[in-house]
Amino acid sequence: MKLVTCIVKPFKIDEVKQALKDVGVQGMTVSEVQGFGRQAGHTEVYRGAEYTVDFVPKVRVEVLVADTDVERVTDAVVAAARTGKIGDGKVWVTAVEQIIRVRTGELDHDAV
Amino acid sequence: MSSGDTAWVLMATALVLFMTPGLAFFYGGMVRAKHVLAMLMQNVFAMGLIGVLWVLVGFSLAFGRYGDGGFIGGFEYIGLRNVGEAPMAGMTIPFILFAAYQMTFAIITPALITGATADRLKFGGYAVFIGLWMVFVYAPIAHWVFAGGWLAQRGALDFAGGAVVHVNAGAAALAVVLVVGRRANWPREAMPPHSLPLTMLGTGILWFGWFGFNAGSALAANGVAAQAAMNTTIAASAAMLGWLLIERAKDGHATTLGAASGAVAGLVAITPCAGYVNTLSALLIGFLTGGVCFLAISLKFRFGYDDALDVIGVHLVGGLFGSVLLGLFATKAVNAAGADGLFFGGGLHLLGEQCLAVGVTLVFSFVVSFALAKAIHATMGLRVSEDDEHEGLDLSLHAETAYAFGEFGSMGRIR
Repeated sequence: MKLVTCIVKPFKIDEVKQALKDVGVQGMTVSEVQGFGRQAGHTEVYRGAEYTVDFVPKVRVEVLVADTDVERVTDAVVAAARTGKIGDGKVWVTAVEQIIRVRTGELDHDAV
Repeated sequence: MSSGDTAWVLMATALVLFMTPGLAFFYGGMVRAKHVLAMLMQNVFAMGLIGVLWVLVGFSLAFGRYGDGGFIGGFEYIGLRNVGEAPMAGMTIPFILFAAYQMTFAIITPALITGATADRLKFGGYAVFIGLWMVFVYAPIAHWVFAGGWLAQRGALDFAGGAVVHVNAGAAALAVVLVVGRRANWPREAMPPHSLPLTMLGTGILWFGWFGFNAGSALAANGVAAQAAMNTTIAASAAMLGWLLIERAKDGHATTLGAASGAVAGLVAITPCAGYVNTLSALLIGFLTGGVCFLAISLKFRFGYDDALDVIGVHLVGGLFGSVLLGLFATKAVNAAGADGLFFGGGLHLLGEQCLAVGVTLVFSFVVSFALAKAIHATMGLRVSEDDEHEGLDLSLHAETAYAFGEFGSMGRIR
């Protein structure tokens, strides 16, 4: 079992969601996050005073998948989230030891 | 007594009172989210405290001994005794209405100070300060200018309070800022506005209410009131353009905060002039003020005083500029009770009186405000602790939070 974590541009979240549904993903967790990579931040000016804003708003998508589905899922996200411009985000995969479905107590692959 | 005049001033009274919650939102949007309630509270609280004090002592100290050419009113109207429905000599509205109308000016003037001192005043110290300030600073200056006191008798003009309200509040703001010091981490840390939409809402309310402030100051529903209404709104329009043009050229963008600030600067500058200048003069005064005030707000970085929301840059500078320009642009063609300025054949006399009036107002307000603030700071304290400041004044002073987003049930009921 794997946890696929994706950082994407906020306006791409609908396309990413649809792409994940299309490859059979049945659930995901989404959160609004801030951070920076190579895109860095931007500048704002209030009454002549300039402020640098280092953290850029992004959306983090987390999906639990079976080992056999990892590549299809990551391919789908990367294709959907890509604009080709700096700041498109990142996708990474981590190993998961155990999954429990709260309602039924089902474990691991049954709970994905 | 004129029913038309009375109807208009009744309405203008409500319009000017509405400016104070408008100011609260104008300022409230510009502070950080953890301090917004404290800002709203300081402004709205002035409607409570100053209203009561005005009835008890303020009106009498400002408008007693009307027309005596002196420095302070008397005690004949304490508790508004002797202030009834009949008009005062020379007026066409009930005397009690005049007292109510002037109350709304006394309320907003100390409230203006709160923008400069944002995010660091103790509530109790603030309350004592504005109460004493209304008695010892506002009432005397209102007497000098609005009640036939010594400045008015010399011939200085101030239609709706360029000196009494804006120079006065701006000078006091500078004094209090110097007493309490900078906000923690200013100017190193970014302190951007938390909600410019609130600021824009406040700007709209201020602009709307300013019709009552300026056109109402004619104390009559007549031609001077109509000219003042036109001058008020066109000065705000032109000042917005003046501010945005310079802002765009200097910083690269025309901003919403710039549009709001420019409009308010224009309203400030036209306040002393509203019933004394013609429409094109008002347009020019507004346009120039927009640019001047935009440049003035950078002074705080040069001199290192933390005028948080630019009360000095907008109200002190705008009030001074408008009052002095009145010495150039005033014309009796607009208002026979006024005077002719330098550009309308009146020579230098009015300009000199205007400079004297704003100069004296500035110095008196600064000195007395500084003394009051210093005394309160040394006794009960005027500034919150650094911990309270970091936590946010909403929580530390008022035990409230402005924005309760989200549904996490972290708040339990104790009793």
